[in-house]
Amino acid sequence: MAWLNAVVQGILLGGLYALFACGLSLLFGVMRVVNLAHGDFAVLAAYLGLAVITGLHVPLLWSTLAVAPLFAVVGYLVQRLIIQRSLEVSPLTTLLVTFGLSVVLQNAMLEGFSANSHSLPSGWLAAGSFRLTPQLSIGHFSLIVFAAAVVVIVSLQLFLSRARLGRQIRATADDAEAASIAGTDVRHVFGIAAAIAFATVALAGLAFGGYSSFDPGAGTQRLIFAFEAVVIGGVGSLWGTLLGGVVLGVSQALGAQVDSGFGVLAGHLVFLAVLAIRPRGLLPGRVT
Amino acid sequence: MSVRVTRSRRPATWSGLASALVFVALLSLPYLVFANVTSLLVNLFILLVLATMWNLLAGYAGLVSVGQQAYLGLGAYTVLVLAQNGVNPFLAIPVAIAFCAVAALPISLLVFRLRNEYFAIGTWVVAEAFQLITVRFPQLGGGTGASLPGLGGFDPALRQAFTYWAALAVLAATLLAAYLLLRSRLGLDLTAIRDDEVGARSVGVQPARAKRIVYLIAAAGAGGAGALIIISQLNVQAASVFSVQWSAYMIFVAVIGGVGTDPGHDPLLQPPAVAGGARRLVPDHRRDGRGAGGDVRAAGPLGRDQRPLRPAPVSDRLLAAPTRLIAGGPAGPPASTRALNCRISTKTGCLQRCKWHELDKTPPVNVHCAGRSWG
Repeated sequence: MAWLNAVVQGILLGGLYALFACGLSLLFGVMRVVNLAHGDFAVLAAYLGLAVITGLHVPLLWSTLAVAPLFAVVGYLVQRLIIQRSLEVSPLTTLLVTFGLSVVLQNAMLEGFSANSHSLPSGWLAAGSFRLTPQLSIGHFSLIVFAAAVVVIVSLQLFLSRARLGRQIRATADDAEAASIAGTDVRHVFGIAAAIAFATVALAGLAFGGYSSFDPGAGTQRLIFAFEAVVIGGVGSLWGTLLGGVVLGVSQALGAQVDSGFGVLAGHLVFLAVLAIRPRGLLPGRVT
Repeated sequence: MSVRVTRSRRPATWSGLASALVFVALLSLPYLVFANVTSLLVNLFILLVLATMWNLLAGYAGLVSVGQQAYLGLGAYTVLVLAQNGVNPFLAIPVAIAFCAVAALPISLLVFRLRNEYFAIGTWVVAEAFQLITVRFPQLGGGTGASLPGLGGFDPALRQAFTYWAALAVLAATLLAAYLLLRSRLGLDLTAIRDDEVGARSVGVQPARAKRIVYLIAAAGAGGAGALIIISQLNVQAASVFSVQWSAYMIFVAVIGGVGTDPGHDPLLQPPAVAGGARRLVPDHRRDGRGAGGDVRAAGPLGRDQRPLRPAPVSDRLLAAPTRLIAGGPAGPPASTRALNCRISTKTGCLQRCKWHELDKTPPVNVHCAGRSWG
C-alpha cells in the first residue's frame, strides 16, 4: 500500500513538473530557445506570490490572478528586449544570455530576499485531503495543481491548434521567414509565446512554493526537473511533457520510498536511462 | 608535389619565448612573495585552466556544456580517495586527470545524443547526478564534505609553494595542450567544423570523432582543476565542487576574454579566451594571419592540410564587400569553404568550386557531390 501511495503521490507531483515544463517546451518549440533562467523565474514568481499573500492578505489561489498576468508582461518584455536580440546573433548566444540571466536573477534575489528559505502559506489547502483508505490520501493542493497542469496543457494545445494567434505561433515556429512574408509580425508572435510561457512559469512557481520551501538558489534544480520532464516525454510534444512529468514524479516518489535520499537521484537515473534507450523521448511529437 | 607545412610562424616563436620567460618568472614566485599572493594566483590558475578548456569545448567544438563541474568534482574526489589510501595528493593529480578523461568516454556516449541547448542541460544533469551519488558515500564525507589527508606532514609554507607549482604545472600543461591541439590536424578539423560543419564533413572531417576527443580533453582539464581545488582548500564539499557556479565562472572568463568582431561566426565564441599574458600561448587565428588568406585560397583543395584556415584579412574583406554589393547575392560562405574556393550549392547541397572573386555570382563548377573526390 505504501508503494501504491508513492505512485499516486508521484503522479500528482508529475503534474507539477509538467505544469512547470510546458513553458520550457513552448519556448523551445516556438523559438528554439532553452531558457536556462526558467527555474529562477519560477522562484521569483514564488517570492512575488509571497509578497502579494502577506501584503494583501489574500489566499494562495487568488495571488495567481495577480502574479500570472504580471509575469506575462515580464515575459513579453524579456523576449522583446533581451532574448530577441540574442536570437539574431546565434543560438549559442541565446543560451549564454539566458544562463547569464539566471545568474543575475539568482544573485539579485539573494541580495533582495536573503538566503533564508520561505514557503507560501497555503492555508486550508495544505491541510485538506481526500482519504481513500487509511494509507492512501490525496491532498487537495496537489490535486488542484495536477488539475491545473492538465487544464493548462489542454488549453495550450487547443489554443495552438484552433486560435488564430495560436496558428500564427505554429506558423512562425515552422518557418519564421515565410510567416513574416504572410503578414505575421514575427517578433510580436515570439513575444506572445514568451508571455504565455512566463504565465505558466508563474503558476508553476506558485505551485512549487505551496509544495515545498524555496530559496534564491532553488531555481537550478527546478530547471533540471522541467528539462528532464521535457526530454523524457519527447521534445516538441505537450502531451509528452505531461507524460514525462508523471514519469519523473513517479520515479522520484518510488526512489524516495526506497531510501529518503534517493528520490532526486532516481529521477536523474531514469532520465539518463531514457536518454540511452529512447533518445527522442517516450512520445516524440512533431514540434508544436 | 611536396608541400612544406608550417603551422607556427616567427611571431609565434617570439611569443613562445616570451611565454617561457614568464613561466620561469612565475616559477620563482614562491621565493619572492608571500603565500597570500601565490594562493590568489592558484585560484586564478584554476579559473584559467577551466576557461581554456571551456573555450576549446564551446568555441571550437561547438559543445556548450554547463556540466564541466562534473569532472571538477570527479577530479577532486579522485584525489581524496587516493589520498585516503596513502597516495601523496600531489602525485594523485595526474591520476585524477587521466581518470576524468577515461570517465568522460562513456558519458560522452550518453550526452552526445543531445544537440545544442539540450546538450547543455544534459551535461548539467550528469553533474547533478554525480553530486547526488557522491553524497551517498559516507567515506567520501557525505553531504558535509571531507578533509584531505596526507598533507599534514608538510610545513605550511612548503605546502603552499608545492600547491602553487602544481597549479602552475597544470596551467602550463593545459595551455600547451590547447596550443598543440589547435596546431594539429585535429585543430584544423575543429576550425573547419566551427566555420561550416557540412562543408567540413564534405572534405573528409569527422565531426563526431573530433568533438569527442575535445570533450575528453576538456574533461581531463576540468579534472586537473578539481584536483587543484581540493589540494588548495584541503577539503572538499560535494555541493560546492559540483556547483553550476563553476560553469558560470568558466563561461564568464571565456566570454569576456574572447569577444571579437570577426564576421561569419559567433562573436561570443571566438577562440583564445584567456586574457593577458596567457593569451600569447594560445594560438590566435587572427594574430599572425597577415595576408594568409590569399595563399590558402591559392592552395585550393589542399589548403586544409597546409595551414590553419583563417578568416580573410581585412583588405580582402573590404574588396569582397563591393563585389557582393554588385552581385546582390547573400554574404559569402564561411571562411573554410571560402578558403577552399568553394561554396555549398543552395539547390543541390553539394560543394562547388568557383573562382574566388566570383564567389557570389557565377554558376559554379560542380566539383564534389556525395563522394570524396575532387573533379
